[in-house]
Amino acid sequence: MEQNVFHHALKIHKDLCVGCSHCMHVCPTEAIRVKDGKAELFENRCIDCGECFRVCPVHAIIIEQDDFNKIFQYKYRVALLPAILIGQFPEDVKTSQIYNVLMDLGFTDVYEVEHGVDILKDAIKDYAKQNDSRKPLISSFCPAVIRLIQVKFPALVDNIILLHPPLDIAALYYKKKLIDQGVDESDIGIFYITPCAAKIAAVKSPVGEEKSPINGVINMDFIFNKVYTSVRRGDFKSKAEVDQEYLSPEGTVWSLTNGEVDVMKGRCLAIDGVHNVMDFLEKIENEEIKDVDFLELRACDQSCAGGVLTTTNRFLTVERLKKQAKHLKKNNTGIDSKDILKYRKYLNENINIGKINPRSMMKLDENMAEAMNKMRRVKEIMKCLPGVDCGACGAPNCQALAEDIVQDRAAINHCIFIQRLFEKKGIIDMDQSHDIMKNIWGKEKLNRKC
Amino acid sequence: MYFEFDIEGGDFSKAGYASSQLKKILKQLVGDHKIVKRTVVALYEAEVNVVAHAFSGKVIINIDTDKIEIQVNDKGPGISDIQLAMKEGYSTASEKVREMGFGAGMGLSNIKNNSDEFYLSSEVGLGTKLTIIAYLVKE
Repeated sequence: MEQNVFHHALKIHKDLCVGCSHCMHVCPTEAIRVKDGKAELFENRCIDCGECFRVCPVHAIIIEQDDFNKIFQYKYRVALLPAILIGQFPEDVKTSQIYNVLMDLGFTDVYEVEHGVDILKDAIKDYAKQNDSRKPLISSFCPAVIRLIQVKFPALVDNIILLHPPLDIAALYYKKKLIDQGVDESDIGIFYITPCAAKIAAVKSPVGEEKSPINGVINMDFIFNKVYTSVRRGDFKSKAEVDQEYLSPEGTVWSLTNGEVDVMKGRCLAIDGVHNVMDFLEKIENEEIKDVDFLELRACDQSCAGGVLTTTNRFLTVERLKKQAKHLKKNNTGIDSKDILKYRKYLNENINIGKINPRSMMKLDENMAEAMNKMRRVKEIMKCLPGVDCGACGAPNCQALAEDIVQDRAAINHCIFIQRLFEKKGIIDMDQSHDIMKNIWGKEKLNRKC
Repeated sequence: MYFEFDIEGGDFSKAGYASSQLKKILKQLVGDHKIVKRTVVALYEAEVNVVAHAFSGKVIINIDTDKIEIQVNDKGPGISDIQLAMKEGYSTASEKVREMGFGAGMGLSNIKNNSDEFYLSSEVGLGTKLTIIAYLVKE
């Protein structure tokens, strides 16, 4: 079921927001405006990429996670950790230490997300063979990219591979495994440690399915701080060696750029960074680029290593994980005997996701004749606006202001150039101009003692 | 609504400008994204044809609530045998153009496949006129 209101993990903390408009300028879908001195979000346009979070100088954009104590509502508390978390730490921090800290925090089980890759990597190849007519196939890995396609490239939704990402597969497996051991499903809480906001949105408001198999999400920076503090202080309680299965080399680097492409056949391309992804999708949509079999598209630079909730420099994370994958490849680490492989049949039966619907946000009006009227007005307004895209009107650029005006969300005198002109012509006076700017930027910015 | 764009022959870096603009416009007007895609793909192919073969060209777009009509007129060598040019795989593109990934000989048929009506006329030594129509309301 597609919902009309979308859950966003990104929230603007109005008390902290100083209305600096940094977020407005970097938003790839132009989902942010400034009004009354605060940033405002158009919920339907937001794709949860987190670019706004990166640039906010006062940390007013927050990524809403679940209350950590929520884990204690469950008897079996499973932490699903992505390889990126391991990659956050310097090499002298052992994976077993990270596991121990998670157990100390109250988890009863720890499992790595990318074990799901061992199931997915075969399923995705079969899928590609069976869906030749829908090429280029686009990976469903990055939830921000899926949302981007839904809102900005609706003609490409049918190219998205309708298979669960490794996270969901790992969750499905672990839940099933515990149930098979006689555990009641309501006693199982699966918690994902996320490197980004989009993954939270994907859990809370999944696309192409009704409910996510994941019960809660914990932000990676929170866990990083807990683990690193414990490691530095050396105060572990759980000293027992954790029964740990190794990831496959492919699994270890799956969430990095080229992680998927390296196992796929045919002409495959990996593109990271939300603006690079948008440029490429434009060309795919125009069929300027043809004969591509598979696209791995990730919203963050260096993929999940560059996730907005990571702490370590993304290139160091990539270095560590690649090194680890190389090591795993050299030493056969019993990958063929992994428990998840015993569940292959069950997981393959549950690996498909439902239809993904477009939810285009770009139409000026539902009625085409009315949309054309509005477009004509936008064209006329654009002749008056200066075209400098200064953002002083509270919209990211002149075009966005013009579109806001025809949608009755703004007025032409929000433009400071128009205000000067109107003052000169005697249409408004300086007090009125001052009031207009005050309504956009808040009274504090307009009442400073200079 | 009326829109006009110029195309410069031989400048591949700008090929695709008119179709990108058309895409932006249609996404704001038309709900059926499949029609938007078809039309944009057709215009992109036509633009590349002008860049590859002609000296200069003009794109004229008329959008109405029931249809989109696009004319692509160029000044160039023209097409001597339209029937032959329409054949899939037929190409006169130079090696240089093919190296850039163009000139596979699918352009004209691809334009036709992505439009509801397709008219092509040409005078050798003068230029080529292409008109395509996409219907928004199917009868």
